[in-house]
Amino acid sequence: MKPAPFDYVRPDTIEEACAVLAEAGGGAQVLAGGQTLMPLLALRMSQPFIMVDINRIAVLKGIVTGPEGTRIGPMTRQNEVIADAALARALPMLVTAARHVGHHQTRNRGTIGGSIALGEPAAEMPAAAVALGASVTLRSVRGSRTIKAEDMYLGPYATVLEPDELLTEISYPAWPVDSITIFREIAQRPGDFALVGLVGTVVVENGRIARAGLAWFGMGPTPIRARQAEAALLGQDIARLDGRGLAELAVADTAPFDDHHASAEYRRTVGRRIFARTLTEALNVRQAG
Amino acid sequence: MSEHKIEMVLNGHSHRGAAEGRRTLCDYLRQDAGCTGVHVGCEHGVCGACTVRVDGQAVRSCLMLAVQADGCTVTTVEGLAAADGTLHPVQQAMQDEFALQCGFCTPGVVITLATLTDVPEKPSEAALLAAMSGHICRCTGYQGIRRAIRRLAGEATGERA
Repeated sequence: MKPAPFDYVRPDTIEEACAVLAEAGGGAQVLAGGQTLMPLLALRMSQPFIMVDINRIAVLKGIVTGPEGTRIGPMTRQNEVIADAALARALPMLVTAARHVGHHQTRNRGTIGGSIALGEPAAEMPAAAVALGASVTLRSVRGSRTIKAEDMYLGPYATVLEPDELLTEISYPAWPVDSITIFREIAQRPGDFALVGLVGTVVVENGRIARAGLAWFGMGPTPIRARQAEAALLGQDIARLDGRGLAELAVADTAPFDDHHASAEYRRTVGRRIFARTLTEALNVRQAG
Repeated sequence: MSEHKIEMVLNGHSHRGAAEGRRTLCDYLRQDAGCTGVHVGCEHGVCGACTVRVDGQAVRSCLMLAVQADGCTVTTVEGLAAADGTLHPVQQAMQDEFALQCGFCTPGVVITLATLTDVPEKPSEAALLAAMSGHICRCTGYQGIRRAIRRLAGEATGERA
């Protein structure tokens, strides 16, 4: 099908975009990469009367890494995230996760901010932001606010973003350069949405776990932080990890659902398995290296 | 509904036109610019048949508005072969390896492979294969496409054994 008619505007600045959003009072739709929005328009599941294309707002693009952390403009394309050498050193997990978003062709248009703002529960970028402890800055004509990524998600495609707000920055805290990436995604085909996904970063100091950030995707209505497992991991000797026990704790924080792809019980079972296996494999690689 | 002027470099020539805001790039290219090599399959980003090159990147033209291509350089499958009809190396490899049957998905596949291999440092066979996840072909079983990819990556890496 074809999209329903709408007016199209292409602001050059954040202020202009926010002014249009404020005036539209909820009838506007922000067009970022469009890789989810365009199908929703074609299916007429989304019928805005005004489309606000933010692709030409230059300040919304770019990656800045520094000692305090990494700031990424929301309009940075997913393939730009993958190709950034400094980012690969600073937050290797984020780059690994980005490689699993959609397909090469959709990553050329799809943006990191678009994915984070959309809140698809089985998507990689929201869960990676939650696991890494990222914050997001939301702007409107009323002002600016910064919130934790994990406080952003209310349900599938439901976030705390008000209709007049625009995501203007994603800020990731610094992680040590030798942090260990945890990533595993179970999907029916490459590029499909995850049935079960686990993403995280673990820091080991003197053989013990000093810091851990872990989150699930496809395991409930939102990305879900594995808080109990994170807490249990701290201080643990990596040579004596109880993978099964930790996996049990990690799955306890999830709320998976039955759908036509898989049952909730399948998701929990696979979740336990991939948690134990991915953690052990990731830590063994480090021990061997 | 808003009508917008569009200027782009299309297959090496400057092109001017206009479109409603909601017009997708694939419909614009086919119906307004005459590039019927852009095949529209699913119209919602799943099949990859409508893939075109926009500013050097392979993208799905059903997932872009025509007005968003204003100011861009766009290449469709019509723009790949030389003026004298000499096929692009990707087209030649696809033909030689019988990598197409009905031809519906082919323009998209060709654009993705041409975009990835039209660079000084050619990607690996694995990278080219991975990019094929963005295309659905219902005829060939993909084996011809895989053979073409092996040739393209092989040429690219200097005839490795």
